[in-house]
Amino acid sequence: MFIITCPFCGERDQSEFSAGGEAHIVRPKQPTELSDDEWADFLFMRKNIKGIQFERWNHAHGCRKWFNVVRDTSNDKIYAVYKMGEKPPSN
Amino acid sequence: MKNNYSIFSLLKNSLSYHENWQQAWRDPEPKKEYEAVIVGGGGHGLATAFYLAKKHNMKNIAVVEKGWIGGGNTGRNTTIIRSNYLWDASAGLYDHALKLWENLSQEINYNVMFSQRGVMNLAHNLQDVRDLKRRTHANRLNGIDAVWLSTEEVKKFCPIINTSPDIRYPVLGGTLQRRAGTARHDAVAWGYARGADAMGVDIIQNCEVKGIKRINDAVEGLETTKGFIKTKKIGVVAAGHSSVIANMAGIRLPLESKPLQALVSEPVKPIIDTVVMSNAVHAYVSQSDKGELVIGAGTDAYVSYTQRGSHDVVEGTLKAILELYPIFSRMKMLRQWGGIVDICPDASPIISKTSIKGLYFNCGWGTGGFKATPGSGDLFAHTIANDEPHALNAAFNINRFVSGDLVDEHGAAAVAH
Repeated sequence: MFIITCPFCGERDQSEFSAGGEAHIVRPKQPTELSDDEWADFLFMRKNIKGIQFERWNHAHGCRKWFNVVRDTSNDKIYAVYKMGEKPPSN
Repeated sequence: MKNNYSIFSLLKNSLSYHENWQQAWRDPEPKKEYEAVIVGGGGHGLATAFYLAKKHNMKNIAVVEKGWIGGGNTGRNTTIIRSNYLWDASAGLYDHALKLWENLSQEINYNVMFSQRGVMNLAHNLQDVRDLKRRTHANRLNGIDAVWLSTEEVKKFCPIINTSPDIRYPVLGGTLQRRAGTARHDAVAWGYARGADAMGVDIIQNCEVKGIKRINDAVEGLETTKGFIKTKKIGVVAAGHSSVIANMAGIRLPLESKPLQALVSEPVKPIIDTVVMSNAVHAYVSQSDKGELVIGAGTDAYVSYTQRGSHDVVEGTLKAILELYPIFSRMKMLRQWGGIVDICPDASPIISKTSIKGLYFNCGWGTGGFKATPGSGDLFAHTIANDEPHALNAAFNINRFVSGDLVDEHGAAAVAH
């Protein structure tokens, strides 16, 4: 449990949000040309990082907007929050 | 050679005030090379080492554990054992484990306090009733004992449950597996550790894996905090940290790691002599031999490696517990903790070879791995020793995420996730 700063609503309790998993997994541009291995990679395989992870969150019990969070999964500390479509912070 | 534990050794040691018990397992330094190394000294890893030594005669092996034996999820779970899973593949896997449990204390000469007190799964809505009845039929076709209980029968079997139709999620019935039950969780780890050690397995604690050395597509050894260990076979049984090891080897797994919580109450006199689980309202409870209520909550719905879990998850569980068991309303909770569980998209485990030769993974047990400990170890040992899966774990290969042949057990998992 921790506080997330929604880029639209400000600081809110984590329980207002729902986690959307690993960010920046790009949907295949040519789905018909994908092999089964590539589909498995897109659908199921995750980095599941212990440490700094880029992830998607949704303010489900608030503005209902999606955005990205940079969080250390080993201590739940949040380093950055940025909107969908924005470039992830580099450091 | 280890002395057997028996009534006579207990008497003998009582005469010397229990000060001369033999050390249960050695504390060796790692050798330069092993035939196989198991990463993770929890129940599953130690069982794997035990069966590798016992059934496959691989005795020059080691278990490396970053913490201490019994300090991870083996010592953090709610100790429930059952095999009432829906699909044939799961039924085979979990009932294999349950059969091993039934003779485990004798097999490893260590009392794991296996108690077949029955596990009851409650239905709280019409869909629950349909799903659980279907599961009961599926279980019986697979030779697994299961019966459907009406609301009145639920009340008779466990009188403290509030079966009033007026509660928010009324009890509409339930299933009962009488062969199911509980066991003393850390005794399982200690017993397997002692048994494996007696056959020559080196159990190396406080030894964290830092890297996996590969030459082309085959493993060569492990970098650890106690130096490099050469080996051609690595079996990873690292539970919530499986992805961390996979990332070292450069492969990806279909896992997400999340904190799962449990809590225990102050000890009280016997009040509940079975295990009751409610998937729909996310609450399950049993009573330990010490008298504590053992309560399991759900997972936090985001990736995290913090072994604690959120307050709102516990609150949700306790609300459901109090609605179902009003008698517990004045109980005090003593301790709360979290463990990191590795969850597969289909809520079934992976016991499998990988694309790298000599690298095997046993992971993805999610919220319900403890019950499978002996079976998981036995089948993983078979997979490592023969470089081929056993018939019982063939369906739990990692390629099912490519082929689409998933084993969807979300309905039979202890808690929805």
